[in-house]
Amino acid sequence: MSTHHFTHAGPPGRQRGRGRAAVPAAAAAVLVLLLSACGDGGGGRGGEAVDAEFNEGETQIVNPSDQTGGTLRYAISSDFDSPDPGNTYYAFSWNFTRYYARTLLTYTPEPGEAGTQLQPDLAEAMPEANDDSTEWTVKLKPGLKFEDGSEITAQDIKYAIARSNFGDQALPNGPKYFQELLADSEDYEGPYADEADPLAGFDGIETPDDHTLVFHLNTSFSEFPYVLVQPQTAPVPADADRGEQYQGHVISSGPYKFDGDYRPGVSLNLVRNDQWDPATDPTRKALPDRIEVQLGVDQNEIDQRLVNGELDVDLGGTGVGPAMKGTLITNEDERHSVDNPQTNTLRYVNVNTVIEPLDDPACREAVMFAADHDALQRAWGGDTGGDIATQIMPAALPGSDPGMNLYPSEENKGDLDKAREKLEECGEPDGFSTAIGARADRPADVSTAEALQQALARVGIEVEIKQYPSDSYTNTQAGSPDFVHENDLGLTVYGWAPDWPSGYGFMSKILDGNAIQQAGNSNISELDDEQINDWFDEVVTIDDEEERASIYTQIDERAMQQAVIVPAVFERTVLYRPPNLTNVYYHVGYSMYDYMTLGTTRE
Amino acid sequence: MTAPMDAPESSQHADPEAVVAGAANAANRSLRQIAWQRFRRDKVGMAGGIVVILLILVALCAPLLTAWFGHPPNQFNQDLVDPLTGGVLRDPDDPAQGLDPWGGVSTQHLLGVEPVNGRDLFSRIVYGARTSLLVATVATVVCVVIGTVLGIVAGYFGGWVDTVISRAMDIFLAFPLLLFAIALVGVIPDGAFGLSGNNLRIGVLVFIIGFFNWPYIGRIVRGQTLTLKEREFVEASRSLGAGSAHIVFREILPNLVTPILVYSTLLIPTNILFEAALSFLGVGINPPTATWGGMLEGALRFYTTSPHFVIIPGLAIFITVLAFNLFGDGLRDAFDPRSSD
Repeated sequence: MSTHHFTHAGPPGRQRGRGRAAVPAAAAAVLVLLLSACGDGGGGRGGEAVDAEFNEGETQIVNPSDQTGGTLRYAISSDFDSPDPGNTYYAFSWNFTRYYARTLLTYTPEPGEAGTQLQPDLAEAMPEANDDSTEWTVKLKPGLKFEDGSEITAQDIKYAIARSNFGDQALPNGPKYFQELLADSEDYEGPYADEADPLAGFDGIETPDDHTLVFHLNTSFSEFPYVLVQPQTAPVPADADRGEQYQGHVISSGPYKFDGDYRPGVSLNLVRNDQWDPATDPTRKALPDRIEVQLGVDQNEIDQRLVNGELDVDLGGTGVGPAMKGTLITNEDERHSVDNPQTNTLRYVNVNTVIEPLDDPACREAVMFAADHDALQRAWGGDTGGDIATQIMPAALPGSDPGMNLYPSEENKGDLDKAREKLEECGEPDGFSTAIGARADRPADVSTAEALQQALARVGIEVEIKQYPSDSYTNTQAGSPDFVHENDLGLTVYGWAPDWPSGYGFMSKILDGNAIQQAGNSNISELDDEQINDWFDEVVTIDDEEERASIYTQIDERAMQQAVIVPAVFERTVLYRPPNLTNVYYHVGYSMYDYMTLGTTRE
Repeated sequence: MTAPMDAPESSQHADPEAVVAGAANAANRSLRQIAWQRFRRDKVGMAGGIVVILLILVALCAPLLTAWFGHPPNQFNQDLVDPLTGGVLRDPDDPAQGLDPWGGVSTQHLLGVEPVNGRDLFSRIVYGARTSLLVATVATVVCVVIGTVLGIVAGYFGGWVDTVISRAMDIFLAFPLLLFAIALVGVIPDGAFGLSGNNLRIGVLVFIIGFFNWPYIGRIVRGQTLTLKEREFVEASRSLGAGSAHIVFREILPNLVTPILVYSTLLIPTNILFEAALSFLGVGINPPTATWGGMLEGALRFYTTSPHFVIIPGLAIFITVLAFNLFGDGLRDAFDPRSSD
């Protein structure tokens, strides 16, 4: 469950490449800046009259319209991990693949917290669970068709789940929740192992008829519907599957289909699919006639073309690059075309519970009190970069308590007296020394480490900064408890976004003691608290959403009491909203604009 | 670069007797004296040399300078910075006045301050000079030692020894050094060889740069040795029964000092650039230690709001590399027997 991938739109290697390419660009931009400083003093480009406001898209739909037609133009600096719905883990890809891949359930297409609610997509109604949430039954809508006119059946969905979760060699990218959860499938080796009968031995899903799926789980799991939102539940006809090569032309179940093949690193174009019936689909507006995606475009170029009106959406959805960000938020003429929504990504620093002297809770509390949250927020770009976090769960998730602040201080600068008290209490009155790990090619990570180093030095806690490459950080450095111990990494800069918007989706991997792994570990503080572990075991058996939410609140509070995470910010992105774009709003479930509602007024 | 030619009105050539006297003079002057006279007349080389000496002084006196101006290189001054954009404010007491295009240059902060954290740029440039010059100089010494030893051995002994060493040089020169450096710095352990933290990283940088750049010096030394060992004074020494050690150390090596000196001066700026490149890629010295390459990398995020942050470390690298190059070229011309005097 590498949220590393989920959180960030591009593979790290590409980002490093982008940094290098930025050198000449930087020089050119400095030149342009100097030249333009000599020119006219104001005005902007004028042009279209837009009455939207700054950040309006976070809470409401901007430019509502039912106008169809036109071409919607996307671009991205990196590429899909794969446009195959069964082989992708990038957030933007989960959002975009819905154009041609309908899933059993989907998020409600509404701004604000309503976006975390689920509604049926291919399913006729929400799934029904048995008493202990181990058996889930879903019925499909009648009359659903693939792009070739053939009917979508329950078997196509069962096959899609089999290939994405068990065909590991061919399709490695997505999460494997079904593999973890489904019963009677332990020995199943995936559909590519036995060509004669691809589904032999895969008994976790029953298909009593063409329109019914029954999921048998090996444990109670009340949040199973969130798993059914994943693009892995989009139907794949078994005879069209070509393993990894299927990404070249995915058979569409949605309003658009591939126009030609997907060309990795170059383009992906979609045209209307006339077999899609809008009456069955309340989620997708399907306004444009054509959708074009350009891949591998330099971020600065994307930003410039967005502002110039030569592009409609940055597919990655993580916002404009730092250069354009500085321009947009200071320019009064452009501010109304900018959204600055809070994402579900928490930027934070793990405090290890095993390394001395941080194994003493009082020493960890000293770190919590000494941290300067104002400086941490500045490291992330100030108010537009994120909101100061004092708890773990982002505000949009049920059970989040934004009022929780166990370590308050004046102007968020840290409470040094309390910190010194705690140091006395843990037997280190003069402070101690430890190290902080950060990803070298993530400037904000490094700034976070520097800010915390300065803040902790005020009470005598000496922190050495250690940098690691981001491609291996989550897996073999911060993600390996042995490495963390050997290198005295008492603190590690990290980021986290949920696979689905709930307390379980957000916190189970980073706080549950049973989630500690020897590689790719995400519970980096190695918190193994009996009470919290029990709560996680209990919460998945509870049907009532509100009851679950109250347990999440307790987990959050107890983890903060244990002082295992120094929350820095809930990240905000800076998104440019071109004036010709219609039905634009920020979707909490995907942490970017909802691509399914977008249309354009451009001919 | 060539040294300025002698002006035609040079009095030495005007008077035939003076030519004789001059020749006598020349016979009495050592090569070093002649070179120094030539170098003094090379204004560009002299300017380079003076800047180099200043830079070394600045680097050595970094703690004094920053103590004088009262800004430790890692001290945050976030009150000078706009929290919204991270840019430097025109007036910290009145954020409404917007950002300062000059990055907060004042009598307090001679070169302005860094965005986001507000660290003093002058102090960081001065401390960055320490890192850059330290790594580049020590790495150059490593290059020179390895290059000289192997170059003399190859040139003097010839035969299969020469073949082996020359092929080794080819291999080292063909090595994808930058990629290797990135990979190696990524996997260095926490402590090794009694070093840890930044000392270890400096050690690794010196090793990478020094150990892989020695063939440049090695080839020059080998070539010089090949010609020197055929010269009369070496033959004479050999016919008097001198051993290899005597010939190498007493006869050949002293004649190599000049080219080695010249080429190591020219190697230093290359090494400075290499260190900056590694820091820029995030595989150099760990933050918050100031390095010019690291500052450039951080600056790229802010080139629209705080262009001074790109320009200042860029200029520091530019001036340093240029000064060393001019100085090295001047030295080479001064020592070159073919240049006129």
